Amino acid sequence: MLQYLTRRLLTMIPLLLGITLISFVVIHLAPGEPTDLQTQLNPQASSELQERLRTQYGLDRPLYVQYGTWLSRLVQLDFGESFATDRRPVLDKVIERLPVTILLNVLAILLILAVAIPLGIVSAVRRNSGFDRATTILVFAGFAMPSFWLALLLMDWFGVRLGWLPISGLKSLGYEYLSFFGQLTDRLSHLILPVFVASIGGLAGFSRYMRSNMLEVIRQDYILTARAKGLAEKTVIYKHALRNALLPLITILGLSVPGLIGGSVIFETIFAIPGMGKLFYDGVMMRDYPLIMGILVMGAVLTLLGNLLADISYALADPRIRHSQQGES
Amino acid sequence: MRVMLRILLGIILLVMVWACDNPQDNSLPGVEKALTPEYGDTFIEASIGDASTLLPVLASDSASYEITGLVYNGLMRYDKNFKPEGELAESWEISADNLQITFHLRKNVKWHDGAPFTSADVLFTYQLYIDPHTPTAYAESFKQVKSVATPDPYTVVVSYDKPYAPALMSWSTAIHPKHLLEGQDITKSPLARKPVGTGPYKFVEWSSGEKIVLEANPDYYEGMPYIKRVVYRIIPDPSTQFLELQTGSLDFMGLSPLQYDRQTDTPAFHRLYNKYRYLNFGYTYLGYNLKRPLFRDKRVRQALSFAINKQEIIDGVLLGYGAVATGPYKPDTWVYNPKVPRYDYNPEKSRQLLKEAGWSDRDGDGILDKDGKPFSFTIVTNQGNDLRAKAGEIIQRRFKDVGVDVQLRIIEWATFLKEFINPGNFDATILGWSGGPEPDQYNIWHSSKTGPRQLNFIGFKNAEVDQLLEDGRRVFGTEKRKPFYDRFQEILAEEQPYTFLFVGEALPAVSKRFRGIEPAPAGIRYNFNKWFVPKAEQKYAR
Repeated sequence: MLQYLTRRLLTMIPLLLGITLISFVVIHLAPGEPTDLQTQLNPQASSELQERLRTQYGLDRPLYVQYGTWLSRLVQLDFGESFATDRRPVLDKVIERLPVTILLNVLAILLILAVAIPLGIVSAVRRNSGFDRATTILVFAGFAMPSFWLALLLMDWFGVRLGWLPISGLKSLGYEYLSFFGQLTDRLSHLILPVFVASIGGLAGFSRYMRSNMLEVIRQDYILTARAKGLAEKTVIYKHALRNALLPLITILGLSVPGLIGGSVIFETIFAIPGMGKLFYDGVMMRDYPLIMGILVMGAVLTLLGNLLADISYALADPRIRHSQQGES
Repeated sequence: MRVMLRILLGIILLVMVWACDNPQDNSLPGVEKALTPEYGDTFIEASIGDASTLLPVLASDSASYEITGLVYNGLMRYDKNFKPEGELAESWEISADNLQITFHLRKNVKWHDGAPFTSADVLFTYQLYIDPHTPTAYAESFKQVKSVATPDPYTVVVSYDKPYAPALMSWSTAIHPKHLLEGQDITKSPLARKPVGTGPYKFVEWSSGEKIVLEANPDYYEGMPYIKRVVYRIIPDPSTQFLELQTGSLDFMGLSPLQYDRQTDTPAFHRLYNKYRYLNFGYTYLGYNLKRPLFRDKRVRQALSFAINKQEIIDGVLLGYGAVATGPYKPDTWVYNPKVPRYDYNPEKSRQLLKEAGWSDRDGDGILDKDGKPFSFTIVTNQGNDLRAKAGEIIQRRFKDVGVDVQLRIIEWATFLKEFINPGNFDATILGWSGGPEPDQYNIWHSSKTGPRQLNFIGFKNAEVDQLLEDGRRVFGTEKRKPFYDRFQEILAEEQPYTFLFVGEALPAVSKRFRGIEPAPAGIRYNFNKWFVPKAEQKYAR
């Protein structure tokens, strides 16, 4: 196992290098430069300013030198300073946005699982029933619905017309003066709409996945055996079938690890949530190279780790895989 | 059914009660019984983007400017009629030869940390801006300065090589605190996140992407502002802002014409907000690339201007909330010349001028041609500006009416600049310039500014205009400057290097709690420090 881990971790290094190289080149291929925002079409800015800024940012050096410098800093875990006018360290900017993003994503995933797993099971067990068809239509409607549109409708309904929920942001004004319980409800009430909207789109995928896993498992001989033994249908489904049907979900969960730090621009923009999606989007629009690269690297590392994690936990959870692996090595 | 009826009756009653409650509802905003100003309450405003830095010298975005504008002061400012007025300068003198400005500074001004403000801060600010290590986009006007002297702590003498008319108001630049910034790398200064100024509001808190909070400065030299707190919420989506406005959680929002005209005309909205409208600085134009043979003939450009119905664009795109532009200046300013030739919609005249210029439809395909070539070109504009794209579509149709074939291309901003505007690789473009009270247009129209990446990218060259722009910079005072700019506008109107399209309007909505708002040519925000909320109506206790 240890040997396997080391091997996997080592192969990640060239992979990561490749990812950074490609991203670096692609970003620099995009037209426009970080200096444009300050200097383009600005009657006050002289042309020498453009050159001076380029020198300050190191943009006047050949691309491979820029990449080398960036990489050598990265190795020391230094993500560099943002090219935005505030010149703050990239890491500061990211860390500031992480808690909110992770909180929202974790809540959304939990909600998705909590709804999608039962939905999937029931749909599978009562295949082609009215319930199955109805949920299919509903979850796909949710999947197809533009999240910004749904968000605006809900905000208008619950925020403006009914006045039950806050429309945007994370905290009310005067949050600091609330009691502990007040703060908690304030926070929660701000989270309801975003988490709901964020989950709607994911329901379709997970519940369909769960349904097909379940169908697959129910068809297996051991379920037939279980039924033949005369076990109650409940036990068959929830004990024997469910456990096996849940296994592939581990892979999916592993793959959603990088998604935990990623955010959606549209969604964050609508709800005025200062998350990673907006940070990245603004970075791209400003051609803030260090920031873009920083977020991409973190995303890449998490993707690779998530994959590894999925494989490992899969092996831990499923004896069949564990044994076949041992047989291999 | 009966329940429905009862609800309906209830609503009718409510509306009636409300109507009786608001007898003065149709009174004009701002015209109200005088109330004694009272301190307190919070003003909540939303901004589409977060500020980038709160050091004015480094800032280049509007959100940062709005906030630093409340935290910092300049030596000068514009009053409500765009007349120069002293801010940190109590008075000023301009020498007879127009080469020297002497500022006499206020003596009772303190930085927010308690340190006294002196002429050393002014000198430091000047040096900061012209320092080649300072990455500021706003050093240009300070580079015209020959020297800055500080004979005593409350006097600043600025000398210029040549008379430079924008000089006086260039000193409305925010003055930075020497004692906190001297000898530091400006790009690493903590003041970028925690500004310390002399202005009416002190910095309290900034949560990135969420909000910025300011608090009234009790030691402000003009007296403490009445409104105790100002909160800038960062809400990137305009629809969300509008929803927040409808619930009353925002006190101010700049509305779109659609929102102003159609979506806010409800009793509920009128009960909470006053709406204002005034002309913005800045205009939208259709610029012709004069390096292209197609647009060399003045008659062709005039013909195209006659072919465009500007009012139709204003009605269609701005729902009527705008004015026809006839030149680079806003119609209600001193520099505006109302007597220039106008190009009101006249397709007949347009066809006639095109005919004079040799364009006629010889092959009968509905498109004019000359020497076997059809009159066909492409208008480019940037993505993300709906007004420009829509104006382009309307223009496209009008041009077709006179036999001119036009394609419209909408391109992402960075590509737009890099591939089209900077290399001069375009036929015509719809763009806009924002401006201010200062009429100097040297960088946009002078023939020396036609190089790559410069602003006269349409390649306009006119010896008389060059001279007028140079002369207009060298004399002081609106009366003396006006003749130069009048003639400048006449030439532009005659030459039509741009078809000037429209000037938009600012359409702000402000919560009715706020009193003391006096609309003026400068808009409504110029006297923000004097706005107040009567005690009984104050909404936020803290």
